[in-house]
Amino acid sequence: MSDLASTQDRSHQELDRLAELAEEVIRRARAAGASQAEVSASIDTGLSVNVRLGEVETVEHSRDRGFGLTVYFGQRKGSASTADLNPDSIQATLDQACAIARFTEEDPAAGLADAERMATAFPELDLWHPWQIDTTQAIALGLEIEDAGRAHAGISNSDGAGVQMGQGLSVYANSHGFVGRERATRHSLSLALIAEDENGMQRDYWYDTVRSANDFISARSLGDKAAERTLSRLRSQRLSTRQCPVLFAPEIARGLIGHLVSAVSGGSLYRRASFLLDHAGKQIMPAWLNIMEQPLLPRGHGSASFDAEGVATRASALIEGGVLQRYVMGSYSARKLGLSSTGNAGGIHNLVVAPGQDDFAGMLKRLGTGLLVTEVMGQGVSTMTGDYSRGAAGFWVENGQIAYPVEEITIAANLRDMFAGIVAVGADVDPRSHILTGSILLERMTVAGE
Amino acid sequence: MDSLIAQAERRLLAPGGLAATDLDRVFTQLMGPSIDAADLYFQHSRSESWTLEEGIVKDGSHSIEQGVGVRAISGEKTGFAYSDEIVLPQLLDAAKAARAIAHDGHGAGKPLALNGGRALYPAIDPVESLPNPDKIALLREVDAYARSRDPRVKQVIVSLAATMDTVLIAGSDGTLAADVRPLVRLNIQVIAEHNGRREQGHAGGGGRYGYRELIENGRALTFADEAVRQALVNLDAVDAPAGSMTVVLGPGWPGVLLHEAIGHGLEGDFNRKGSSAFAGRIGQRVAAPGVTVVDDGTLVGRRGSLSVDDEGTPTECTTLIEDGILKGYMQDKLNARLMGMAPTGNGRRESFAQLPMPRMTNTYMLAGQHDPQEIIRSVKRGLYAPNFGGGQVDITNGKFVFSASEAYLIEDGKVTRPVKGATLIGSGPEVLTRVSMIGNDLALDEGVGVCGKDGQSVPVGVGQPTLRIDAMTVGGTAA
Repeated sequence: MSDLASTQDRSHQELDRLAELAEEVIRRARAAGASQAEVSASIDTGLSVNVRLGEVETVEHSRDRGFGLTVYFGQRKGSASTADLNPDSIQATLDQACAIARFTEEDPAAGLADAERMATAFPELDLWHPWQIDTTQAIALGLEIEDAGRAHAGISNSDGAGVQMGQGLSVYANSHGFVGRERATRHSLSLALIAEDENGMQRDYWYDTVRSANDFISARSLGDKAAERTLSRLRSQRLSTRQCPVLFAPEIARGLIGHLVSAVSGGSLYRRASFLLDHAGKQIMPAWLNIMEQPLLPRGHGSASFDAEGVATRASALIEGGVLQRYVMGSYSARKLGLSSTGNAGGIHNLVVAPGQDDFAGMLKRLGTGLLVTEVMGQGVSTMTGDYSRGAAGFWVENGQIAYPVEEITIAANLRDMFAGIVAVGADVDPRSHILTGSILLERMTVAGE
Repeated sequence: MDSLIAQAERRLLAPGGLAATDLDRVFTQLMGPSIDAADLYFQHSRSESWTLEEGIVKDGSHSIEQGVGVRAISGEKTGFAYSDEIVLPQLLDAAKAARAIAHDGHGAGKPLALNGGRALYPAIDPVESLPNPDKIALLREVDAYARSRDPRVKQVIVSLAATMDTVLIAGSDGTLAADVRPLVRLNIQVIAEHNGRREQGHAGGGGRYGYRELIENGRALTFADEAVRQALVNLDAVDAPAGSMTVVLGPGWPGVLLHEAIGHGLEGDFNRKGSSAFAGRIGQRVAAPGVTVVDDGTLVGRRGSLSVDDEGTPTECTTLIEDGILKGYMQDKLNARLMGMAPTGNGRRESFAQLPMPRMTNTYMLAGQHDPQEIIRSVKRGLYAPNFGGGQVDITNGKFVFSASEAYLIEDGKVTRPVKGATLIGSGPEVLTRVSMIGNDLALDEGVGVCGKDGQSVPVGVGQPTLRIDAMTVGGTAA
């Protein structure tokens, strides 16, 4: 049986090939009259195995290639992409991008990021850990995870266990002469289970995602966690409509921080589509709260030494003493706002919410009597107005102890008040994302139910 | 006009030196004694988009993707591999990887026979359906028109997009089908500002035709009117109520209710696995008398329509609920076979690089008897919601949400103050049993729906008449 995880690592040679292709196309774009050009090229490979009820369900092999080009003719811009790296397709892509730039209009803010902001240092970020797992081993691991979950009394069905291996190579190059190479692996394990009683079925899941397979939690712990979460939802009740304090579990709390990032992103700000317009330098969270961007964390899920425009990333505060220190911008939105790029083209590179002292049990004590949210549903969040209204499920907590599971309720408030009303951040940090936060306790939200 | 199959072979097979007869060799590689079914899905996809913002056509992009997905099925096991190069050696490699789920052996599929669907849309490339200068002029016209409607309009973002998908599907069961699928879409986002308050409105539409059909009869400008109207309404909105109350849903896009509350739960895979709240409930009452819901992939030119699905099965109008009784599921070939049912033309995939699964097409409720005004007059206190954003469902416990983007209070039978958008939550198996009045104004949405499942997005449609639901939880903040 052949497998994608070759024992011979040819990643550097493949990156060199991508880089040569990118530089060649940039030269041709310049020859075609473009004043500036930039290329992103990537190759992603992976193996994904799902098992269910003790049998293999799917085995998927993937290999995706991508090539994207943007050309600037003065202040006019054209973009084109292809998934096919053959010379004819690359030439067609170049022709298309140039053709489009004949029809787009002069945009004073258009263009590459400034040349002097290009990254010059490329520290080792420890992101490349190919997982030498073949299909047979992946199936065995999936079965082990599922067995661990199904061993729990009360688990009546399975939605399957997944084992995924992935590795990606990418190059970003532009006509400033910048060429950035990145190689990163990401592997994950997951399990979804179903439990049933006289009131109906409940489903829940757990997963882990890592750069190096050595960092996975054990198959046994993952199976146990998925089973415990699923079983804990049986006999869920509804709540009457009320106002109460709300504790967001860590995996849900990072969504709140994600809303903050959206609202302070350059794209939302220059369109005047954010409730945090003109809030740089203002107090938007409690004075004890700090949030720092840390782009160079070893094995971090968002780690990068340069952003999507080649601009050097750097560690810097987003929130200090509860005060918004800066916006999150690439060069385009920065020019629109009369500011400088913060090295955030393409997004944020690891955001660390400074953890508090309390573990999860301690956070439940702080909550006292109120709602613990472990799941949110739907997209009812407006970055423009800050209005927040989403479906939720979780647990009613009384005197610091979980009393019973709840479902079919909504939680609503305005993000402005939610951010200002953060009471505490837990020490129970969820490591599975580029946003690293513990659970977050909010003073008050409206819970709608029966 | 040459046939779809000839177009598909020319675009997909000929460039790599392949002919339909070579596919037999691939099936020989794929099939074996323990392989029940196998298929090949060749796809070429070309798309473009143009965006106007701040009065400038800032960005245009073009993309091409192509490849072939190879699937081998043994019992409930599926092996899958794909290649973005459509040439014989890569196809044979992918076939070898896909069939590795089963034991060795050699066999062959049935001879391929052309499976003709009805033509629900023209086999055109919509990218070429309008000259580029006309696309730019259209964006500028919509922008200027939206800004002219009201001085409070501060920001207008208009985007225009088109895709042409060419697919060729060959299956070991003898299926041979081809399709050329155009899809266009126009979107308008308006931001209005007044007294320091900012709100937005969205509108848009499209379908499986060229740009000209999208803009004829001033349709583009009616989208601009709608986006401006919604933004201005929201400038006056007060806090939404919180709690359980009577809800009246408007016609058309609010049919996202059906998509979330029952649609996903009636997809064959979840029911085969017993993970849906609707599993084993065929023949039971799941909705009030008078409620009939169908999934119809055969509507001409609709965004969710397909002549054949992504497994080559002609699409159908499948009755899901008839007069309140659960009648059927939406099936792809795998789940239909395992459940002993017939495929319904609902096997869909985002691209050649992903596996097909049961998905919706256009899902809607048939019209009832009531005048929409009579429905509103019947409500003492409640919420009227004519526009929505997206939704989500937990298919196992049946809980679903969808978020209103335009809503009003109903007080003493009259629509009164606009309220802020709020999420509505309910239980799929219960909510349609609370439908007490069905309007005579069935409408389908304008063609903007995108459905996500297991990380795969596909275009879909929804629709319904005005509906009165006696109790739903509204997630506002006002007591």
